[in-house]
Amino acid sequence: MSQVYVVGYDGSPSSRRALDFTLELAAESGGSIVLAHVLAWSPYSFLTQEELAERHVRRQEELERAESVVIKPVVEQLADKGITVDPVIRYGNIADTLCEIAGDKQAAQIIIGRTGDAGVVARIFGSVASALAQGAPIPCTIIP
Amino acid sequence: MMKRANTLSAFSTLLLVLVSLLFSQAALAQEATGLDATINNVVGPVVAPFVNAIFYSIPVFGTSFPLIVLWLVVAASVFTIYFGFIQFRAFGHSIALVSGKYSDPNDAGEVSHFQALATALSGTVGLGNIAGVAVAVSIGGPGATFWMIMAGLLGMASKFTECTLGVKYRNEYADGTVSGGPMYYLTKGLAEQNRAVLGKILAILFAIFCILGSWGGGNMFQANQAHAQLVNITGGADSFLSGNGWITGLILAGIVFAVIIGGLKSIAQVTEKVVPIMAIMYVGTALIIILMNADKIGWAFGQIFAGAFTGLGIAGGMVGALMQGFKRAAFSNEAGVGSAAIAHSAVRTKEPITEGYVSLLEPFIDTVVICTMTALVIVITGMLNVDPATGMYVWDSEAGRIATEGSLTGVELTSAAFGSSFSFFPYVLAIAVVLFAFSTMISWSYYGLKSWTYLFGEGKTTEISYKVLFCVFVVIGAAMNLGAVIDFSDAAIFAMALPNIIGLYLLMPVVKREMQSYTRKLKSGEIKRYK
Repeated sequence: MSQVYVVGYDGSPSSRRALDFTLELAAESGGSIVLAHVLAWSPYSFLTQEELAERHVRRQEELERAESVVIKPVVEQLADKGITVDPVIRYGNIADTLCEIAGDKQAAQIIIGRTGDAGVVARIFGSVASALAQGAPIPCTIIP
Repeated sequence: MMKRANTLSAFSTLLLVLVSLLFSQAALAQEATGLDATINNVVGPVVAPFVNAIFYSIPVFGTSFPLIVLWLVVAASVFTIYFGFIQFRAFGHSIALVSGKYSDPNDAGEVSHFQALATALSGTVGLGNIAGVAVAVSIGGPGATFWMIMAGLLGMASKFTECTLGVKYRNEYADGTVSGGPMYYLTKGLAEQNRAVLGKILAILFAIFCILGSWGGGNMFQANQAHAQLVNITGGADSFLSGNGWITGLILAGIVFAVIIGGLKSIAQVTEKVVPIMAIMYVGTALIIILMNADKIGWAFGQIFAGAFTGLGIAGGMVGALMQGFKRAAFSNEAGVGSAAIAHSAVRTKEPITEGYVSLLEPFIDTVVICTMTALVIVITGMLNVDPATGMYVWDSEAGRIATEGSLTGVELTSAAFGSSFSFFPYVLAIAVVLFAFSTMISWSYYGLKSWTYLFGEGKTTEISYKVLFCVFVVIGAAMNLGAVIDFSDAAIFAMALPNIIGLYLLMPVVKREMQSYTRKLKSGEIKRYK
């Protein structure tokens, strides 16, 4: 059975580097790639009354945008080179959701890029990279 | 259809004329008698019959009991029995729903049960929990707390009923946004029972009362009390704000304007985040004060139970305590009023009943937890004067309440009770009061707007006209001591309960069917638990 690699992709340069790394890895081992895009979302955040009423529409807009701006260009680009990837778009806590996707797809490895932010915000809230490094149930490669 | 539009636009014109009349009349007479008195004189006689009708009271054992409170409590009891004490049976399931145990992960990104509950709560948790409870305890004694908790527990069944219907009969528009609430379930639900005309009448009445309530209790009263507390901490009568409510009013109105018209969501988002933190801090501080007086906890509960059945020296005895408790619970959690049904209707769920389960936690948190904390702190810190010889409370018959140090009542009594343990707390409380007032105003502006668009149709112009009027009332509310107007707006909020509860009685079989089918699906495993 071929290996499945889950790569976190949000269109940023670092996530592009992570994808490039995964492409090499998959080419070497003959594995397949899951292109995962997670929209940050917490069911426990507080919304105003108007936001509640508009939430369903906003969600559809966000999903459409993620599909057309982030996922579709790269999927098409790879398809031109003869590479097929399995795109997944989900809502949730980014690190947790990447682990969930990896579980669903029975992946062998998670690959993500890191933003390199080491400021106050990252110190307090932690970054996706550090959360995955600490909590991922399968090997995790972090691309600088 | 045309005819209805005509009557409705006639109604809006009438309303505008009334408002402008109010202003011009007031402006003319300002020099003579003062603006406040003039407005009271103009508005008072006009609204008095309405206020008297809504708050029509029967004398019971020397105190008066408003029938509207009885209307709410009877309804809550009927729903409690009809749904077989749903508030106790489904409590655990409600918590599971809120914590997302039954949420389909594929629906992530939609409004969660937790979010709907938090938003609805920020509309109800407010001055009622802080100032109102102090009034209840000082008039009804500690025993009022017992009856307040009882009424809060019963009110959970009313919320369950109205919020289920709010989701079931909401309108979903082509652009995906939703509008729900009593006006929609009264119209659509009663039409299903061939009572279309009755449904329409009740819905229109509800919408009119809701608009008036949103301007008054949901706006002017809040602005007024926020100003009062600001004056209180900036030096009382010497404060630069004292007598200059228009300053507070203009600032508040400016912020409200920026949020509801300017679409400046960041302010509303900040408030939505700060209000729950404030509520948690308030309850946390109360718990610390109670623990600091741990030796008196048993005594305080003794006072609450003894007071509930004997009154411990208050006027009216047990009945006096009961009335104050019931009244305060009804005023605070709005169960049966219908406002929460508007707030909860935005949740996307396959089963409307799940939102009912979630909403029944609202009176519990608002009344059974937060109001009780306030009452306990006031009792335990010994703010109410007790006669050491008899163990009875000292009744100040002139003020019509239990004598307190410095004869305090309302928010000042709560402030003093908390301040007796933490001297800085009155400042924190002032911030909390302003924020609670602000979030209540934002919530009610939405309730009012939904009723307004129900009457006059959705559209930018109709929405803006409502919102501008709303901002005007913020300034009026803060600037003036409008007894008559405030009475009127309180009456309007409770008037909402008249059409709403008639509708709930007629529609409760619908909720029962929903409940039975949901329970079946839950048992058969058709509804899965995800976590």
